[in-house]
Amino acid sequence: MRAPTAPARRLPRFSLRRIAAVLGKEFIQMRRDRVTFALILGVPLMQLLLFGFAINNDPKHLPTAVSISDPGAFSDSIVAALNTSGYFDVVSATNSPETARRLLAEGKVSFVVEIPANFSRDLVRGTNPELLIQADATDPASSSNAVGALGELATDALRDDLIGPLAVRAPQRPSFTAVIHRLYNPEIITQWNIVPGLLGIILTMTMVLMTSMALTRERERGTYENLLAMPTTPVEIMIGKILPNIVVGLIQAVIVLLAAKFIFKVPMIGSLPLLFGVLVIFIAANLAVGYTFSTIAESQLQAMQMMVFFLLPAILLSGFAFPFRGMPVWAQWVGEVLPVTHFLRVVRGILLQGNGAAEIWPDVWPLLLFMFGMMTVALLRFRRTLD
Amino acid sequence: MSNGELAIDVHGLTKRFGTKVAVNRADIQVPVGEVWGFLGPNGSGKTTTIRMLCGLLRADEGSGTVLGFDFRAQPEQIKREVGYMTQRFSFWEDLSIRENLEFVARVYGLPNVKEVVTAQIERLGLIKRQDQLAGDLSGGWKQRLALAACMLHQPKMLLLDEPTAGVDPKARRDFWDEIHRLSDEGLTVLVSTHYMDEAERCDRIVYINLGDIVARGTVAGVIEQSGLHTFVVQGEGARALAPQLHGKPGVDFVAFFGAALHVSGRDPAKLKAALEPFAQQKGLTIQESKPSLEDVFIQLQEKGRGAYA
Repeated sequence: MRAPTAPARRLPRFSLRRIAAVLGKEFIQMRRDRVTFALILGVPLMQLLLFGFAINNDPKHLPTAVSISDPGAFSDSIVAALNTSGYFDVVSATNSPETARRLLAEGKVSFVVEIPANFSRDLVRGTNPELLIQADATDPASSSNAVGALGELATDALRDDLIGPLAVRAPQRPSFTAVIHRLYNPEIITQWNIVPGLLGIILTMTMVLMTSMALTRERERGTYENLLAMPTTPVEIMIGKILPNIVVGLIQAVIVLLAAKFIFKVPMIGSLPLLFGVLVIFIAANLAVGYTFSTIAESQLQAMQMMVFFLLPAILLSGFAFPFRGMPVWAQWVGEVLPVTHFLRVVRGILLQGNGAAEIWPDVWPLLLFMFGMMTVALLRFRRTLD
Repeated sequence: MSNGELAIDVHGLTKRFGTKVAVNRADIQVPVGEVWGFLGPNGSGKTTTIRMLCGLLRADEGSGTVLGFDFRAQPEQIKREVGYMTQRFSFWEDLSIRENLEFVARVYGLPNVKEVVTAQIERLGLIKRQDQLAGDLSGGWKQRLALAACMLHQPKMLLLDEPTAGVDPKARRDFWDEIHRLSDEGLTVLVSTHYMDEAERCDRIVYINLGDIVARGTVAGVIEQSGLHTFVVQGEGARALAPQLHGKPGVDFVAFFGAALHVSGRDPAKLKAALEPFAQQKGLTIQESKPSLEDVFIQLQEKGRGAYA
């Protein structure tokens, strides 16, 4: 006797009661899992403190050595100007260029400013002496603003000294002045950009992690077999496992936003309800990614490794770590696929620019598309048997 | 039920994992209300067969019905009518007894979840432990919980995969009393086990070796079919005889049963001849006896090993 080649498979009914059952079970398990709880609260706080306080794309008070081969009033003015710029802290003043250079090589200072012999004489004579500035450019991003400030310094530092007969030596004013308006973040406070961005990164990290464990944990503990032997359907299990984590994600978002407002004083111009609406979509999209991982991974360790693979591009290519427009085109395309890229635009747009629904829509539909796409993949991947 | 009296009626059940045949064209017909035992060495295909019957594994070949449903096309319907107890404890160790049972009750969509669960907890004498986490229970209590959970939705059939592994004798006895009570109420039970005393409590047994069903029937019938003759050697120096008898013509195998030696073979004349030289040895008694089920299983296992080695 042969079995029919294509057995008719009736789709099981979708039951809200069964979803509620899975949901209840997940909430109880989450409550009892202290490590997860620590993760929920610890990750956002830790990341906020690390990124929010420790990382600064516009570092100031960089240690600077000055080697003065021509002491005098001009040299004093230059040192004073360096200190008052805010970017430089003159920690060492020496008369030996070698000593200063050694400090730079040893990493004790980031800049060396050399005032050559006869600087004052040449300046007064008008032979345009040179001021040598050496910068530790191993991290170009961190020193670029300071180097920019040095350029302006040369024009301004000696203005007060070059008076009377020396006034002719004062640098010529440019025939026009470039006026730069720094919109949305006029003081270029890094945290205003980083803290909302962190919201996206923290949620990506914890949300993908939470659900990537969802099925692998059941599999490792042997409870998966039981779950499959009962009349629960893949959709019900997925919804039951994703919903509790949306609550977790929203709690994290509240923590980050409270810190943003009260610790980092990030302005919140736009609508918070709108932001939370997008947050739910973004959180669900990440949970769907994690859930898909958990249908593929055979162990919790594998699920964890997959999460790292997803997290790296999320940090590097989303515009969180580097300016999005500065990346090569292919990297921008990869970035466009990631939900966090769109979320960063939305959250910065709402908080800093006060964008409304119409302005953020171009970044909301890709989030929705990604979320539904991922959920479909997860359901297709879900195996209803142990084969 | 569409098949009259049969709870399980499957033919040619086959499962392959890669090139390995885990279950080879098994025919299983279990009448409603009977207790059937699945026996066989580890890795012989018992678990695979049970999983295919309740829709957890897809059969590569075979056809038939379980509880009147096409077991290949209607696994979801079968799942609702079957209570399946996994080999390894598979309830949630971070949920309490009550929470586990309530979860199961909700998933099966039972009405009055709280009352149903309370009744079940009371019936099993778990009332004092109902809020204890399942992970903190001993093996025996875990097994009770698992059985209680499997029975919650009042299935028509129980599939039990080595339910008494790692459970103490008293708990094992209680468990089997419960199984027989349920069977008297009309429940069909298919249980896999390694224990001979448990096998002897089954209405019928099926012996699987390397995916093939090599014996089936009542306990007496299987012993009968084996065509085996056994002599029991007892007394001083009985154990020392084992190496001497091993491999002699007519001696299929020699097994220790406590201080006694069971010497078995299918040719009674040759077997007798092999034992003849020792018959006069002082302090030794050699008696022909009915082979025990264990003798038969050792023979079946040896046969299987011989055929495939």
